[in-house]
Amino acid sequence: MSGIVSVATRKGLFTVQWARSEWSITRTAFLGDNVSMVLPGAHDGFLYAALEHGHFGAKLHRSRDSGATWEECEVPTYPPKPEGIEDLDPMRKTPIPWSLQRIWSLEQSDAGVLWCGTIPGGLFYSKDSGASWTFVESLWNRDERKQWFGGGADYPGIHSVCVDPRDAQWVTIGISCGGVWRTTDGGESWELGGQGMQAPYTPPEVAGDPNIQDTHRIVQCTAEPDVFWCQHHGGIYLSTDNCHSWRALSGVSPSAFGFAVAVHPANADTAWFVPAIKDEQRFPVDGKVVVTRTRDGGKSFDVLRQGLPQEHAYDLVYRHALDVDGTGDCLAFGSTSGSLWVSEDSGDHWTNVSTHLPPIHCVRFVPEP
Amino acid sequence: MAKVTFTANIQRHIPCPPMEVPGQTVREILERVFVRQPLMRSYILDDQGGVRKHMVVFVDGAQISDPRGLSDRVSASATVYVMQALSGG
Repeated sequence: MSGIVSVATRKGLFTVQWARSEWSITRTAFLGDNVSMVLPGAHDGFLYAALEHGHFGAKLHRSRDSGATWEECEVPTYPPKPEGIEDLDPMRKTPIPWSLQRIWSLEQSDAGVLWCGTIPGGLFYSKDSGASWTFVESLWNRDERKQWFGGGADYPGIHSVCVDPRDAQWVTIGISCGGVWRTTDGGESWELGGQGMQAPYTPPEVAGDPNIQDTHRIVQCTAEPDVFWCQHHGGIYLSTDNCHSWRALSGVSPSAFGFAVAVHPANADTAWFVPAIKDEQRFPVDGKVVVTRTRDGGKSFDVLRQGLPQEHAYDLVYRHALDVDGTGDCLAFGSTSGSLWVSEDSGDHWTNVSTHLPPIHCVRFVPEP
Repeated sequence: MAKVTFTANIQRHIPCPPMEVPGQTVREILERVFVRQPLMRSYILDDQGGVRKHMVVFVDGAQISDPRGLSDRVSASATVYVMQALSGG
């Protein structure tokens, strides 16, 4: 079991640790500041925290000592926008800012490369632990990007980056709203993969366009990396062919709507979700917080509720706020209402760690050294 | 030499005491500031080099007229204020 969880919230970063037979908050950082993302860097040992200051913009900090002390590093920076370029949001016809709005996803490959997905849709990588960043122009310059739009946010954003465990040059990203994109050459070129997804919020003539899909979150199975799970705006999707095609899962109770998904690292048939009423309301069905789990590749789902509030609970779980550890046994998730739960038995039973945290953006297990 | 002062709230994130720097425009003044403290650039300017959406710059008490190009003139005895805008954030 991984015994440390990093929790990024609207008002700071919290370290939650298993000690003396209970989970408790053992460290805080950036209190009062909006922490949009946290990443325990498995390769370089840094703990990364992305901040989003209302006035001063998005920032990135890293810690060599598990969060005891921090240093600010460079943020990804968009290139100068060429004169005369018209780059408009297709829904609102307002200019897309060529400027970092939010660090929305952060991952590190086994080779030590940091990948950073951002709003308004730019992808960056760093080969020196955040000291400098390279803008992935090949993706930004795709004509299809002009059709991407924000899902909830004002501008499109890259929320998921999956680096293939077989080859660090193979990277899959999820965009809201821009579908699923893959590179097999480290970002030199890209292909759109998302056949089978349906966008119920668009006219039927375009609902199947892979480039406009509102993928809320995409995760890849470490042991069976051809398998991806997607929590989509329109439901739950599964791909078993490396994202070339997707299949919608039906009959998911109490709801197939949500934001978060986690997949078992060793068993691609097992995945967890935290459902909510779709999609204007976004709170747990009947005010009861549950986790849904499939162990048979989506043929059936368990509804897990032991230890979770079952009366007048209105916790929504954001896309990065559910995580599973390296064993696949231990899970944690946090809510917009500031509640944090941990399970040590694959979700059968849950322990509440706190009900008083700020709104939770991201929950991550710290890998065992 | 113009005097440059910064909102107190920025000090919590990055040290930026008042500075005296040479320059004839707001752009020249700020570029001198960033030489001394490179990380400060992203706190004040966006990626395209304009003043951040929720930041504001004054010269001798008057808000600058060119927040994108930073071409406003600055006299040698001027005081430049880098502040938070009350527009949001």
